[in-house]
Amino acid sequence: MTTPIPLELSANGAAHTLAVDPRRSLADVLRRDLGLTGTTVGCETGVCGSCTVLVNGEPVRSCLMLAAQADGTAVETVESLAENDPTSGRLNPLQRSFKENFALQCGFCTPGFLMLGTALLRKEPTADRARITECVAANLCRCTGYAAIVDAVEAATRTGDAFGPEDQEQEGADA
Amino acid sequence: MNAIGVSVPRLEDDRLLRGQGRFHDEIVRPGQLWLRVVRSPVAHARIRGIDVEAAAALPGVVDVITAADLAGMPRIPVRQPSPGIDFTPYLQPALATGFVQYVGDPVAAVLAEDPYLAEDAADLVALDLEELPVSLDARAGATLRPESRPGESALVGTVDFSYGDVDEVFATAPHVVAADLKVGRHSGTPLEPRGLVAEWNARARRMTVWGATKVPYFNRRVTARMLGIAEHQIHMLESDAGGSFGIRGEFYPEDLLVPFLALRTGRPVKWTEDRTEHLIAANHAREQEHRIELAFDERYRLLGLRGEAWLDTGGYIRTHGAVVAALTSALMSGPYRMAACRSRVHIVTTNKTPVGTYRAPGRFQHNFVREHAMDLAADRLGVDPVELRRINLLDGGELPHRRPLHVFGAPMLLDGKDHLEHFDKSREIFGYDTWREEARRAREQGRLVGTGCAVILEKAGLGHDSAVVDVGVTGAIRVAMGGANVGQGVETVMAQIAAEEFDVRTESVTVVLSDTDILADGSGTFASRTTVVGGTAVKLAAEQVLAKARRVAAGLLGTDPDRLVVRDGGLEADGEPGRRVTLGEIAAASFAPPYVRTGEEPGLIGRGTYLADAMTYPYGAHYAQAEVDPGTGAVKLLRYAVSYEIGRAVNPALVHAQLVGGTVQGIGGALFEEFPYDERGMPLATTLGDYLWPRASDLPEIRTEIFEDSPAPGNPLGVRGAGEGGTAGVGAAVANAVRDALRLTGTVGALPLLPDRVMTLMKSQDDDGATT
Amino acid sequence: MKPPPFAYHRPDTAEEAVQLLTEYGPDARVLAGGQSLLPLLNRRLVRPIALVDVARLAALRGTGRQDGALRVGALTTHAALERTADPHVRDGLPVLPETARLIGHLPVRVRGTVGGSLAHADPAAEWCLLAVLLDADLDVLGPEGQRTIPAAEFFTGAHRTALAPGDLLTGVRFPRPAATAAVAEYGPQRGSLPLVAAGAEIVLGPDGRIAATRIALGGVEDRPVRSGTAEQALLGGVPEPRLLDHAARLAAKDLDPRADHRAPAGYRRDLARTLTGRTLAASLARSTARLQEATAP
Repeated sequence: MTTPIPLELSANGAAHTLAVDPRRSLADVLRRDLGLTGTTVGCETGVCGSCTVLVNGEPVRSCLMLAAQADGTAVETVESLAENDPTSGRLNPLQRSFKENFALQCGFCTPGFLMLGTALLRKEPTADRARITECVAANLCRCTGYAAIVDAVEAATRTGDAFGPEDQEQEGADA
Repeated sequence: MNAIGVSVPRLEDDRLLRGQGRFHDEIVRPGQLWLRVVRSPVAHARIRGIDVEAAAALPGVVDVITAADLAGMPRIPVRQPSPGIDFTPYLQPALATGFVQYVGDPVAAVLAEDPYLAEDAADLVALDLEELPVSLDARAGATLRPESRPGESALVGTVDFSYGDVDEVFATAPHVVAADLKVGRHSGTPLEPRGLVAEWNARARRMTVWGATKVPYFNRRVTARMLGIAEHQIHMLESDAGGSFGIRGEFYPEDLLVPFLALRTGRPVKWTEDRTEHLIAANHAREQEHRIELAFDERYRLLGLRGEAWLDTGGYIRTHGAVVAALTSALMSGPYRMAACRSRVHIVTTNKTPVGTYRAPGRFQHNFVREHAMDLAADRLGVDPVELRRINLLDGGELPHRRPLHVFGAPMLLDGKDHLEHFDKSREIFGYDTWREEARRAREQGRLVGTGCAVILEKAGLGHDSAVVDVGVTGAIRVAMGGANVGQGVETVMAQIAAEEFDVRTESVTVVLSDTDILADGSGTFASRTTVVGGTAVKLAAEQVLAKARRVAAGLLGTDPDRLVVRDGGLEADGEPGRRVTLGEIAAASFAPPYVRTGEEPGLIGRGTYLADAMTYPYGAHYAQAEVDPGTGAVKLLRYAVSYEIGRAVNPALVHAQLVGGTVQGIGGALFEEFPYDERGMPLATTLGDYLWPRASDLPEIRTEIFEDSPAPGNPLGVRGAGEGGTAGVGAAVANAVRDALRLTGTVGALPLLPDRVMTLMKSQDDDGATT
Repeated sequence: MKPPPFAYHRPDTAEEAVQLLTEYGPDARVLAGGQSLLPLLNRRLVRPIALVDVARLAALRGTGRQDGALRVGALTTHAALERTADPHVRDGLPVLPETARLIGHLPVRVRGTVGGSLAHADPAAEWCLLAVLLDADLDVLGPEGQRTIPAAEFFTGAHRTALAPGDLLTGVRFPRPAATAAVAEYGPQRGSLPLVAAGAEIVLGPDGRIAATRIALGGVEDRPVRSGTAEQALLGGVPEPRLLDHAARLAAKDLDPRADHRAPAGYRRDLARTLTGRTLAASLARSTARLQEATAP
């Protein structure tokens, strides 16, 4: 175990100050230190995208980011989507659209697709089917065959809803 | 009573959409330790020694074990025996004993306070291995006698399903067409890797296990025997599972190690498999090499089929035993009229990851082999491939049709209505003639476009399952059954079946899956059997509840039980809506003296067990239109369609979802997915960057049509099982479309049709063209 | 699949980073976006004793003009290039944003950096190909100070570069606009690392003949390679499909393709021919369009 390093980040609007082993991934810190277990981990090599979260508004693979690299960032996870309360609040329009379109089966990939879709809908609220398919191709699903996921995101473009804070528009120039 | 047949939204979705799923890794127990398995880095070796000292000395490490710590423990048994084959010498121990048989074979287990530390410690376990020659080809290696299994052959056994005088048929047949075909090594690879949590409560002397799926009751029995504790001391609890596809939930070495170490240390133990482990340690599937011959008469009628296959079972025989071989062999003749058939499958060990069942086991293979040979035959005989199938499909006049075979002990009765009618109807719906015409015109313009179809024979639903349905004093209905939630929507479907009986809303029913304290026995979720067998058990249990409710309500209302009708969660006198009691009121009354009887459980509780004494044989057809890029060999699917006879759809949207998802998995096996090995037996696909699932951008629109023309005669719901029909015919249809696109005179040779292989096919075709 | 332990540093200046890298020597690694390094770390295929996270070095981020060249800071992400509004990039080197779009999927592109990709030196990686195609110069800050390494000398093998312990790649300079350059690649799936990638630039003279050309191929040998014979064959020629096809054949013939589990050698050669042909055609189309624009009344 190497020396823990200080880490400050906001997760779904809540500020956290932690000390973490530098080798811990953002995914593990979200899941195990912050109890945000909605973010699932499927491959740990950045291929499957099930661990996709938003960091400063951009979708990232939280398995391919050390928690240390998230210092000073704002992280959003699937738990931020439902209105008011993650466990009991009303599902947001994208979540509802997934349900109405049978866009999930085992549900393990679902948080990643929801966050990927959220990022897309914020930037391109009227994205067409081809664009949505390209976006959805970033992540893997082993159950649905994807068509229903594309349907769900496409249907959400027609709800006219905003999918999050307007001020999330930040260029992904940091690395 | 309108819950069945309706595409109600899924009960599972709300929690999953919130990130509030109950996957095994969400189980966090106080004091929990993390298991890390140390795996063999070589494919075949004698174990000369294992030094765990450095690992055990690492701070944070609690325990390190090897096979020596499991001395005397039996090996992992098979779920289903296969008459005439003794699997004993080939069974896998929980930790490799004496020899390792594949890269990934567990050799030691490390327990630590943290997963990072556990992995650090596993790195420190030093293995002294003496490498032995490897065998990587089932057909070539079938006669080997590896020194790691003294006195035993690599050939585990041969499964043979034959009828009629095949050799006589072939000796006199006017036409014989033969093909050699291979199917690659694939796996279901669910998105959530495997995992398990076990906790031993020393005071209660009970073990709780979270994360078992597919066959929890079988796994509980095996765990009890291997650990030497009673079954009733083990409580298996349901969890969500991130996909199964036949792979997850079998009893693997880790399924013993986790509870064993919980018992040994007295602390909760968690194991979460990582992706690379999954790709080398969880069951692989499908790798088979086939020789098939078809005999025809002058009028293109199939006279017989001869098939021989070599199944690469990997380093050990795992729990499925010979199921894959049996399903390959028994259904080889497909939906065709055929007087004689011989189909043999040789099961051969190699030094690769052991194999098991993967969605449509055996059928992905036999449908590919038979249907591709049919297209080859059509060319050779000079008949249209659609017509050749039409001539030979069993029709309404011949069904039900008994094959003179027994599969898993049950007679093989094809119980459909009309295979020919299905094929004709689905081609019409999808406009397959138009697809063919489009492809022909594209070829005239120099494009490599082709079409292919395949008719498939499926099977579903054997064995028994049980359910308990109870209604409490609040009127709450709970269904407990022996299936597992692997994403297929089982909670929703079981709730629909119960809701139909009680005339309540589906979402008001609570479903508990495979909780061994609530339901004493269940069979699990596999083989497209959950709705057929488990669903019927739920129906029977609900009927029992209603029978009791009827008797109690009749007493409460002072009326004849036969006059009572179920309406909106209550019973009322027919035609007198005011004379009514709710299920909750009935339940409350049923605990009171007038309604309690010796020998009968008090309350509103029903227990149902349903035994399907034969399998049902659903059927369908697959269609593909594909284009090959002449510059890269890449195959692009332009169109795809599947039709499937479901008998009766409890939730049509979920049936479509199964078909589409299954088809896309099949496309993976046809075009992208493979586990290659190098000459030393090193696995080369160890990440999802190497083992390529289809992505959204790789797929055409998948059209699906469900037919409900032929309710299954064998069960009261008439359902046929939906899980595998989408997968079963994809290899066949895609191979036929590519063969058509390239105008091959021979076969495609092997699946998957990776671009470099397609390139080679194109070149060999050019060469053929040059020499003729 | 968890990284082995390492020390972690997050310096505020490039000099500080170089000092840390020098102190730790060959067992330290630079962490930029992490999209190549973290998969290797998670799989324990690399075991550095220290990571030097350069994320705070803001000066290494973004694009700009420098002595007629376009400079791309090492920490510029693929996504930033894909979305760039910089006219020097959009007009002078449109192949950069086009190529950025080919790399991985969006969540990888928003983290992965141009410098990280160049330093990782995968033989099939797009930025390595473009650097070789366009004769880029790579700027390095080392213990002895600044120096420049031409792309042709930077890549020394698969995942091998001329960077020495203590060196930090700070940026890459494309010496001149190359508005007609194009890239074509093929991988088993969109977003996967290509098996083979080809880059080409055709410049047509006022007579409509090929006045200048460059061809480079990635993924075939252990580093991106230029195809001199094919370039020679094109030079001065009339850009007809047959000539381009001939050049593509020559480019493929010249190669000594590697074989691995992703593709056999012969298939890589086939792809090289196909993709060279496609990228030449794409570049020619651009060049023709420019010529027409220039000569339009």
